[in-house]
Amino acid sequence: MDKNIKVLVVDDFATMRKVVRNLLKQIGYENIVEAEDGAMALKTLKSQKIDFIVADWNMPNMSGIELLKAVRADGKLAGTPFLMVTAEALQENVIEAVKAGVNGYIVKPFTAEVLNEKIEAIVAKL
Amino acid sequence: MDVRFINPFLLGTVEVLKTMAFIEPRAGKPFLNQDSVATGDVSGVIGITGVVKGSIALSFSETCILKIVSNMLGEESQGIDGNVKDAVGELTNMVSGTARRHLEREGFSLKAAIPTVIAGKNHSITHVLGGPSIIIPFETDFGPFVVDVCLGK
Repeated sequence: MDKNIKVLVVDDFATMRKVVRNLLKQIGYENIVEAEDGAMALKTLKSQKIDFIVADWNMPNMSGIELLKAVRADGKLAGTPFLMVTAEALQENVIEAVKAGVNGYIVKPFTAEVLNEKIEAIVAKL
Repeated sequence: MDVRFINPFLLGTVEVLKTMAFIEPRAGKPFLNQDSVATGDVSGVIGITGVVKGSIALSFSETCILKIVSNMLGEESQGIDGNVKDAVGELTNMVSGTARRHLEREGFSLKAAIPTVIAGKNHSITHVLGGPSIIIPFETDFGPFVVDVCLGK
């Protein structure tokens, strides 16, 4: 498993971005960039090569699900693995995310081990 | 207030703090609160709608929240600043989400609004329903906090 991949962490809460960054570092991912909402994430995705996206569902400007749909609709970005983070696991949301092409779904709170399992499971299926 | 709606918030609080901050809080005996003055120095409040409606609040003593946030971020927090308030909002959101998952398994569907955070000594917590509320007190090795639940039909 290549831990040098560049991971984009998207969350409107700076604290949560830092928490996810710390968890990623604990499991060996050091190459991390951040965006504070979906719109900023899309700009980042268009300006540099991102290998993996970890995005919160609830965000202003552009939510996680809107970002996912925008990524999947963009020919150059469509194949980027996408892990959705949320504080709730409403069935309707999970179904919407799966239909939109999400690779995985993780519910807060989560440990570094659970995050690692999710990322490895997604990468293994690529 | 239906007591079936209290336990999920208790479980959610313990689960979130254990996972995110490596702190195992000890729950005390719940009591009825008629007052809107918060017991803590910083509080997160979140509105709930669905089969019941109202709001819940997490209200932390300064020493307790500084330790929680320090553990979450892996760096020392010196005072109740923007990072700490941000973390209180996120913790409130996560406790609400975890409690609602527990409630959903029992057939109760609830939705939550975006949390708001209030800080300062003797600040007030305004519940959507006005009150009274049930307070679940918690102790940690770093100071107390409470979960304040005000839900009704």
